[in-house]
Amino acid sequence: MSKSHTSAEHEHQVTHGSYVSYITGFVLSIVLTLVAYFSVVNDWLIGWSVLLFVTALAIMQLLVQLLFFLHLSQEKRPRFNLMTFGYAAMVVVIIVIGSLWIMYNMRYNMVHEMTPEELERTIIEDEGIKYLENDQTGKHSH
Amino acid sequence: MWNLLGRFFAHGGAHHETLVEPKFDILPPPFVLGLTAVVGGLLIFGALMYFKGWQWIKKTAIYIWKEWLTSLDPKKIGIMYIIVAALMGLRGLADAIMMRAQQALATTDLNGIMTSEHFQQVFTAHGTIMIFFLAMGLMFGIINLVLPMQLGARDVAFPFMNSVSFWLFTAGMILMNLSLVFGEFAATGWLAYPPLSGIEYSPGVGVDYWIWTLQISGIGSLLSGINFFVTILKMRAPGMSLMKMPIFAWSVLCSMVLVMFAFPILTATLAMLSLDRLFGMHFFTSDFGGDPMMYINLIWAWGHPEVYILVLPAFGIFSEIVPVFSRKRLFGYTSMVFALVAITFLSYIVWLHHFFTMGAGGDVNAFFGIATMAIAVPTGVKIFNWLFTMYRGRIKFASPMWWFIAFVLTFTIGGATGVILAVPAIDFQVHNSLFLVAHFHNTIIGGVVFGFMAGITYWFPKFAGFKLNDALGKVAASLWALGFVVAFGPLYILGLMGATRRLDHYDPSLGWQWLFAVAAVGVVIIITGVLTQVLQIIVSIIQRKKNLDTTGDPWDGRTLEWSTTSPPPHYNFAVTPVVDRIDPFWYQKHGHKKEAEKPKYADILMPKNSAAGIIIGGFALLFGFAIIWKIWPLVIIGLVGAIVTLIIRATSDDTEYVITADELKRMEAAHLKGSAA
Amino acid sequence: MSELKIAPALEAEHQTHTYHKTYFGFWTYLMTDLVLFAALFATYAVLRDNTWGGPTAGEIFSMPFVLTETMLLLTSSFTVGLAMLAIRSSKRALAFTWFIITFLLGAGFLGMELYEFNKLANEGLAWHANAFMSSFFTLVGTHGAHIAVGLLWMIVMMVKLVKDGITANNTRRLTLLSLFWHFLDIVWIFIFTFVYLMGAASV
Repeated sequence: MSKSHTSAEHEHQVTHGSYVSYITGFVLSIVLTLVAYFSVVNDWLIGWSVLLFVTALAIMQLLVQLLFFLHLSQEKRPRFNLMTFGYAAMVVVIIVIGSLWIMYNMRYNMVHEMTPEELERTIIEDEGIKYLENDQTGKHSH
Repeated sequence: MWNLLGRFFAHGGAHHETLVEPKFDILPPPFVLGLTAVVGGLLIFGALMYFKGWQWIKKTAIYIWKEWLTSLDPKKIGIMYIIVAALMGLRGLADAIMMRAQQALATTDLNGIMTSEHFQQVFTAHGTIMIFFLAMGLMFGIINLVLPMQLGARDVAFPFMNSVSFWLFTAGMILMNLSLVFGEFAATGWLAYPPLSGIEYSPGVGVDYWIWTLQISGIGSLLSGINFFVTILKMRAPGMSLMKMPIFAWSVLCSMVLVMFAFPILTATLAMLSLDRLFGMHFFTSDFGGDPMMYINLIWAWGHPEVYILVLPAFGIFSEIVPVFSRKRLFGYTSMVFALVAITFLSYIVWLHHFFTMGAGGDVNAFFGIATMAIAVPTGVKIFNWLFTMYRGRIKFASPMWWFIAFVLTFTIGGATGVILAVPAIDFQVHNSLFLVAHFHNTIIGGVVFGFMAGITYWFPKFAGFKLNDALGKVAASLWALGFVVAFGPLYILGLMGATRRLDHYDPSLGWQWLFAVAAVGVVIIITGVLTQVLQIIVSIIQRKKNLDTTGDPWDGRTLEWSTTSPPPHYNFAVTPVVDRIDPFWYQKHGHKKEAEKPKYADILMPKNSAAGIIIGGFALLFGFAIIWKIWPLVIIGLVGAIVTLIIRATSDDTEYVITADELKRMEAAHLKGSAA
Repeated sequence: MSELKIAPALEAEHQTHTYHKTYFGFWTYLMTDLVLFAALFATYAVLRDNTWGGPTAGEIFSMPFVLTETMLLLTSSFTVGLAMLAIRSSKRALAFTWFIITFLLGAGFLGMELYEFNKLANEGLAWHANAFMSSFFTLVGTHGAHIAVGLLWMIVMMVKLVKDGITANNTRRLTLLSLFWHFLDIVWIFIFTFVYLMGAASV
């Protein structure tokens, strides 16, 4: 015969929440999802701002679910769950942002078809290589 | 029926692409290897039948099954890890010998000793074996043996998962060895870059063997990472706060953090490569939008943490050995911890230094170059701390300290060459040259291998009950150190002169052959060192009665594992120790403590043995073999079998047994009496 | 239900200890799963414009369909929480009901996803069409595979609940299952945002 898991006999590292927390979390999540959805589908914002907006909403919903569904704030010290999550989140950001930075950087340098004007503009603007002032021919050797 | 067996019989032979054929190929054809294994096995079985009889064989088999293969005791699992790792290490060493011989003899009349195709498989196998089976295996073996006892615990956090980890590791090992007999191995280098490793350019089974060997043992490693991480954070003895636990435990904590957050990247990347090969996807193909550079990016995001995974526990081992053999507290405990944590964090932001030349711009290269150089700083702090520990200590130069000195002299140079390589402009000259090869062997042999040798020598008496022969240990360490210099010194020089890695011959007009000859001599010296170690084990077993460890504390140790008998009882501690400082055992012995009270025994729970671990390993092996050869019915059986076994075990409520307080009292009395004899 | 003859005090302490270390261990495993998804996300982010002339993300996703899927999964994350509340209040029948609802919602989500995959495949946009499709199918498909594992786990636990009732062992296992399920919904937030919403916004 065994007892169900009541809180009387032992102290909790993690606690289990209540109807209030689950309902609050659920409602907030629905709202955040719908706002993100309609901001894109109905073009409330466009361009970079919509991307930033939905990213912010996603992070907010992450926090809502961590708080109301996973009760992360109620963990007793030492907060190993929180620390592990923090470290994992850091690694995730490093991998995703790092990969994007690296791959974008490498692709930029990959050889692709350019018109002579594009080539010249790339050399002058992006590489910062200035030609001699008295070179008037318009043709440059490498 | 033909389809059921997949491409098992459809597969053709290896391609021969050598420009100049060698006079003979030292590698026998697969069927010869298979025949040798079968005949060898039969001979051994026949000899045992003849000399010992069937009853003995049956009894021994049952003993091995009950006491070892189904055991969840981390001490037994640790020993099994070390045995498997050592066996694979010998195979990796054989690969190394063949490579040195090939390059040394390539310009002679023999035209080398193997075809180019074989050479490519040999260097691929060498790297894969040494990293995934020798280094990882020794590491997990030593951690299993030592960590729970150092923390005052009886077991790891998840004993059954520990068993699964070991059997997945072994399944991977068996799968890789099957490639010697059935098919071929990858010929792509140990990281198998696409597009070469894609289905178009490697249509055979070799790369698939590589992928699934790593996937299966990689899952084992990830589970071990979680297991040891939770063990350290949740199962320390009462009073042992994090800043009071041994530095070895800290180094394992940091290494396991790296394992947990790096191996999933490997899993994902290998999965994507296998999806490309199996289902025609286009992650890393050169057409249809695929990007092979993304593979290299991801695989090194795993690969760099991997090398720190290997070296941090080696550092931890030295942090145990140096204080004991200097009879002085470790210098700078706090800075050691900070250094470990700094290395752990930094190793996530340096991975691009493995592909400086792949085309990133100066800004990216500069960032990663600077971060790479920064890692040398905490590493340097650790080395100085060990030296400061030795300063004014009363040093006992037993063979573990010889391995430490070999490490300091060797690894420091390797680290320095790493800082050289961290400069992108220099790396453009020496990337993928023999300079690079010399650098990483310098740090892996000097750091990881010497560290694990020192650790095995140091902790051997705890588990065997007798010490290893010390003189032979010193000889072995000296031969390894000398052999390393002679084998890899020439490679540094060759690399700076422009020698590219992974070539099976170099044009004799370059005048480099004498350097390859010297390197070959170096390998012979290393072989002598290995043979000395084998001899050391044999001699130590023969002389064991002379070197018995009767006290459990042969080195006058400082940490809790030395407070148990040698070998310890299967429950480690009858009563969980209470700790109040660093080096608790030392102060128990030499401090001014009151007389210890009589131990208060209480009932304890221990895990029962379980066959589920080895069964899951078996199904994993079946799955791996079947998916390589595309035998789909067996793939399903392997997968379903492993899952069903796991479910049966995970839903079982009968996985532990009780040792009562009275039984403990009796066992302790008998144990202490027996060990003093 | 443990058949060991063991003092109740030791049993209770053992259950507590096992619960805490297993909860932490499983949480840690979920963190490693996050990194696995990160590698797949990074690959998707890098390869999503490599359509080899084929249609882009915004051109192939049906947004109302995805919103419905998202709501199904989100609701199931809510109901699994309610199921755990019932377990901790020892209300077996109520818990069972919530778990069944969770299962149906999750199965509905998975069914919709498979329907979407099938539709794309029939339009010539299967996983081998180009790099974008490969990374889409793999990222979303890996999440779907995790959902399938969760559904299987739910079936096994329902059987255990019927057989043994609400034991300490079953409570612990159900807690881990609910953790897993919540985690999968969290990952889905990011798939929904970065795959579907970002895809639609780029059009």
